[in-house]
Amino acid sequence: MRKFPILLLSVLLFTSARAAIETYQFDDPAKEAEYKALVQELRCTVCQNQNIADSNAELAGDLRRKTYEMVQQGKRPEEIKEYMVARYGNFVLYNPPVQTNTLLLWGGPFLIFVAGLVILVRIIRRRPSTDEHVLSEEERKRAEALLAQGTDEEK
Amino acid sequence: MKARYLVPLIVFLVIVGFLAVGLKLDPKKIPSPFIGKPAPAMDLPTLFNPNEHITTESLKGKVWLLNVWASWCVSCRAEHEVVSRFAATGLVPIYGLNYKDDEQDAKAWLHALGNPYEANLVDRSGNAGIDWGVYGVPETFVIDKKGIVRHKVIGPVTDEIVRDTLVPLVKKLQAEQG
Repeated sequence: MRKFPILLLSVLLFTSARAAIETYQFDDPAKEAEYKALVQELRCTVCQNQNIADSNAELAGDLRRKTYEMVQQGKRPEEIKEYMVARYGNFVLYNPPVQTNTLLLWGGPFLIFVAGLVILVRIIRRRPSTDEHVLSEEERKRAEALLAQGTDEEK
Repeated sequence: MKARYLVPLIVFLVIVGFLAVGLKLDPKKIPSPFIGKPAPAMDLPTLFNPNEHITTESLKGKVWLLNVWASWCVSCRAEHEVVSRFAATGLVPIYGLNYKDDEQDAKAWLHALGNPYEANLVDRSGNAGIDWGVYGVPETFVIDKKGIVRHKVIGPVTDEIVRDTLVPLVKKLQAEQG
């Protein structure tokens, strides 16, 4: 059990170590980091279940180029995201903002968790108590008598 | 106490409800953020006359359609007949946005299948496509007299879409004040 947290951590840490297809030159390592974070978060609208870093689709390539150009121009990541959202909607973000129509998306897992917890507590409470029944002196004697009787008959 | 036994049934029905709705949704249809917003600015050369530039601004004052197509796009070929029939009615000018295409291929395509477009704007790089939020070709936008995007058809336009959606919408928009 002690190994579990380490295992969990390693799974979480090594989920997104992938590279884009083209190689872009950056004049500033900070910009390169921004670019890499952005292409991981922007979703490819053609291939749907991939981000633009992973996708080989033409449009993903165009969006990577656009992201690169904007990063090089010194645009902030928020500006670049706004630019993409203005054109493709919140669909392009793998982390959509919390707003009325995404409340269920963000809150759903917690709702399910709470519901599971309630069910669990109810089941545990309803379970009959299983404390051991200790024989009283009288009962013990009777049991001994019965057992002795059984062995007698066998003889 | 009987109600307890209904719980799995209710849960089952809720799941069925969600799945039934999910079946009908088309994940390829992403709602366009442009509906009700001004059409993105563009300034593009036309296919047959590279010196002539068309801008979004220059098209203001009339209702027009922008049909995004490319010669490499298979469903554009299927759609082309429908677009041609619609253009032939003369109800509304249809502008083509030739998206990420080769000039010669695009011209050959129009020569072979006919050119229903008022003009074809050339977007070789795909930048105008990004500005319009194009993610799958063909796509068709309806722009009103004030230059506001009012409708978007994702995927090939069919005769049904023309009859039931585009014609009534264009007529309604043409009746609006410019």
